[in-house]
Amino acid sequence: MTKPEKLIVDGKRLDGRGLNELRPIRFKAGVLKRADGSCYLEFGGNKVMAAVYGPREVHPRHLQNASRAIVRYRYNMAAFSVEERKRPGPDRRSIEISKVSREALESVIMQELYPRSAIDIFVEILQADAGTRVAGINAASVALADAGIPMRCLVSACAVGKVDGELVLDLNKDEDNYGQADLPVAMNQFGEITLCQMDGHMTEEEFGRALDMAIEGCKKLHQMQRQALIEKYGEMVSPAEEAHADGGEANE
Amino acid sequence: MEREIVVPGDLLGEDPKLAGSGTYVQGGRVYSANYGLVDRRTNIRVIPLSGRYIPARGDLVIGKVVDVTFSNWIIDINSPYEGLLHVSEYPERVDPANMSKCLHVGELIIARVADVDPSMKVELTMRDEHLKVLKQGRVVDISHVKIPRVIGRNGSMISMLKKDLNVSIFVGQNGRIWLKGDEKRVDIAIRAIFKIEHEAHTSGLTDKIKEFISKELEELRNTK
Repeated sequence: MTKPEKLIVDGKRLDGRGLNELRPIRFKAGVLKRADGSCYLEFGGNKVMAAVYGPREVHPRHLQNASRAIVRYRYNMAAFSVEERKRPGPDRRSIEISKVSREALESVIMQELYPRSAIDIFVEILQADAGTRVAGINAASVALADAGIPMRCLVSACAVGKVDGELVLDLNKDEDNYGQADLPVAMNQFGEITLCQMDGHMTEEEFGRALDMAIEGCKKLHQMQRQALIEKYGEMVSPAEEAHADGGEANE
Repeated sequence: MEREIVVPGDLLGEDPKLAGSGTYVQGGRVYSANYGLVDRRTNIRVIPLSGRYIPARGDLVIGKVVDVTFSNWIIDINSPYEGLLHVSEYPERVDPANMSKCLHVGELIIARVADVDPSMKVELTMRDEHLKVLKQGRVVDISHVKIPRVIGRNGSMISMLKKDLNVSIFVGQNGRIWLKGDEKRVDIAIRAIFKIEHEAHTSGLTDKIKEFISKELEELRNTK
């Protein structure tokens, strides 16, 4: 790929978006049958699958924590997810992303409710098109809720970058490769920022504005995440008949 | 009654005194901690749509023996935590040396959760009425959050299943269900249970299942 002459033409970006627009995004909750919770996400050109297992027993045993559940997050990019075939397996980049993504989600999970257990999150990037770490966090957050894991709230994430001297929301591949800065941000719905990384250069004033743009983006994503979970059960909702389960009474 | 689906972090109310299960309080407001349906009848609680079984004292569960140690049987109770059944909690006196003669690995039992401590050590007992070793019949696993629907209001669903199909059924709170009776009828019952699990969030389920069973019974008679 060669560098495009200009990344912003007449206030529009190369893919036709305005400076403040997200790429087309589609969440689908509960797509994997064998996982406790799952989510498939298309985020522009990114295709991401997240699966959550747990709470479940911890192996190896020495990782157990007697007072809370441990959270494990594995971010993995499929070898075929990028244009130049990626060497399969964990590398420094994916280990770093796993760590920061785990920390972004850990703060909202009510870990103290499940001592000595593990919550495993697997995020597979099936197709990559810039912004995979934020896509992974968004998908994992929906998958965690789908698994029935108690959380304080959902976590949403999106990136802001600088291309051709302008701040733009949600970078695509060209903008990521040839832009001047990239700032992925994750936050929960109470406005607490749980992930903030940056590469490239921004002035202090730009950083402030970029953060505000990212926060707006996260709010939009939160709506979509919520919608995806509600849609899973559609309109057919209305169970009520409660037998507060004493198995014994109902049996014999 | 229409019920509202909520996701973690949704604001449910302003009165912290009403906070029930599946919710938490922050800054004097009640928020949802779970993905589920809100119930506002007495207090505010969220009925989860998914999740693992977490043992609580007094629950009746169906367990599977996975290991035998010096004085305990280790029981899988379909939960992140394993159950411990001490020799002294077996209905009869057992010599620790003969433990695997009474209960060997792979055997299924009905047990009661005697105690759960803060570190989630789960102690089971079999010293009570209708707690026994399951020698015959079949066991199926469903999601434990669907168990209240299998039982139905005041046991309406379960008693209908038992009556219409003439099979014995025991429902464990950990999502395992034991059935015994005529094989063909047990097949129907299992299919009905999976149908309940699948459609647990819809209304008028008891009638739907009743219809399903009578249709299946009809087919059974015709093939004979």
